[in-house]
Amino acid sequence: MDNNATTQVAPEVLEEMLPYFSEFYGNPSSMHTFGGMVEQKIVEARERLARLLSASPEEIIFTSCGTESDNTAIRAAILSNPDKKHIVTSRVEHPAVKNLFEYLAKNGYRVTFVPVDRKGLLDLDYLYKNLSEDTAVVSLMWANNESGVIFPIEEIGTVLKEKGIVFHTDAVQAVGKIPIDLKHVNVDMLSLSGHKLHGPKGIGALYVRKGTKFSPFLIGGHQEKGRRGGTENAASIIGLGKASELAVRNISSENIRVKKLRDKLETEILNRIPNAMINGDREDRLPNTTSIAFEFVEGESILLMMDEYGICASSGSACTSGSLEPSHVLRAMGVPFTAAHGSVRFSLSIYNTEEEVDFIIEKLPPIIERLRELSPFWKKAL
Amino acid sequence: MWEYTKTVKDHFLNPRNVGIIEDADGVGEVGSLACGDALTLYFKLDDHKRIKAVKFQTFGCASAIASSSALTEMIKGLTLEEAEKITNDDIAQFLGGLPKQKMHCSVMGRDALEKAISNYRGEAEKKVEGEIVCECFGVTDIEIERAVRENNLTSIEDVTNFVKAGGGCESCHDKIQQIIDETLGREPKAKKKGARLTNIQKIKLIEETLDREIKPALKKDGGNIELVDVDGNHVLVKLQGTCAACSAAEITLKHYVESKLRELVAPELLVEEVQS
Repeated sequence: MDNNATTQVAPEVLEEMLPYFSEFYGNPSSMHTFGGMVEQKIVEARERLARLLSASPEEIIFTSCGTESDNTAIRAAILSNPDKKHIVTSRVEHPAVKNLFEYLAKNGYRVTFVPVDRKGLLDLDYLYKNLSEDTAVVSLMWANNESGVIFPIEEIGTVLKEKGIVFHTDAVQAVGKIPIDLKHVNVDMLSLSGHKLHGPKGIGALYVRKGTKFSPFLIGGHQEKGRRGGTENAASIIGLGKASELAVRNISSENIRVKKLRDKLETEILNRIPNAMINGDREDRLPNTTSIAFEFVEGESILLMMDEYGICASSGSACTSGSLEPSHVLRAMGVPFTAAHGSVRFSLSIYNTEEEVDFIIEKLPPIIERLRELSPFWKKAL
Repeated sequence: MWEYTKTVKDHFLNPRNVGIIEDADGVGEVGSLACGDALTLYFKLDDHKRIKAVKFQTFGCASAIASSSALTEMIKGLTLEEAEKITNDDIAQFLGGLPKQKMHCSVMGRDALEKAISNYRGEAEKKVEGEIVCECFGVTDIEIERAVRENNLTSIEDVTNFVKAGGGCESCHDKIQQIIDETLGREPKAKKKGARLTNIQKIKLIEETLDREIKPALKKDGGNIELVDVDGNHVLVKLQGTCAACSAAEITLKHYVESKLRELVAPELLVEEVQS
């Protein structure tokens, strides 16, 4: 139930990868047939991933992870627009984007962090109002990792295209969970990560629309057409290709079966546990994610008690991260402290079953009740 | 995932002495919902003035609950004078140790005990002593100084781990460093190099550096340099005399002027030549 953190590698993916660790270890750049065989599989993987995004294979660059894709895209955008010193993102981005923007803010860039409302929805007026001739890039996540809230990337893309501003989206949480059709959505660059869609860890990709000015982040050999140096992580690229093929096939079940399980989990928890609420908009949301706040209890305690039953989830509470403040996403949404500290995220995948959902529905209410009995604020609040 | 000891897990999953004592002799409340943890401690004394019963309620993470539970077990049967001697380190040791980032949980236990004892003795609620240093978590200089002294803390990170101060907006970090230095009797560190300059400071410093370090060197070769403008980190300059016509001008700019300015003013500066 923690699939926004990472997912199980699909058995089909593993099977497809294994020979490229042992038998077929050739370098895809080599002139001989032994390396060429690997090159062919990489070509196939690129096509499979392109199909998932409705993109062309030449528009795909393989990277080592989502973070590298984000860094590459944003740095490429600002290097291609050296005279522009203003960059835009949201307040709820993943650290891969958030911390890079904070770094750039310290290094001469003017940064606009677009706020979100109580439901986690982006303030579009604020975004549009702050765009100017000086804006080098807008980087907005497609879907939020904590709340699951989806931003209107298509609409924003249309506006940014008119203004001629480079648009990057961190779609790490969106790819494989919701349909993405880059023929009809105007984004210039898009980041994704293999291990969020049942591929292996250590592989990511960056989509760069044909005609977008680009400069590599890793400067080196001719790999990826000179756009990312370094010998290809062949087995993982092949794994990501297979995972993309499976995602094309599974995306409707993700949206129907997984959503049904998520809805059951969420509805039953709200029915059975008082003083609980959903963080984030319930409509514009990933089908697999729910973030639930339990008032007057603390997230780490909930997680560890669930862990005793083998239930895995995550929390936006301060204590789980080692920092002292709850997650920047929940704070940006204005979730009150009483609820933010007790927020738990469940994120499902196609491998979750109804039995697992029922198990949580049974085990969670007594856990919350027990922790509330321990809490000095609970009785006072009643 | 945190590395909790078996004892911590045991006291978290099976906390001892949970609840409230309606007719308690002493009650101590610390923390708040906003801070992310809070503890209320109750005790009752017997005829020999020993702690007969003790109960607690805690809102917080596993280590906060375990620290509270441990504390209640530790003070049962003690006189108040004995209980008073318990330090946060004793609580942590009873639990077989706590992760560093969680030491503030043991400090919370000690604070609640102190408050409950003063409550019993009828001492007026101790006024917030000292001056608030960390606004985010409401921590005073006296509290920070005490944590530093009792636990031999040497860094801001340590202080945050023990009393939370500095864990929010971080604007108090300079003050915390000063308290650490004073408490440990150290000479305050020289102001951090590379602390951010205001624009005016930056421009002044660039001018000074040009006059003192760069112009004399260029003049030796019959050249000179003039500062035209500073735009963010871009330093716009005009080369004069021999320099202007010299084919090595670009090398001079990049390698000499820029590296000098980066070394002496700010590492992110970029020097650009403006044609006259």
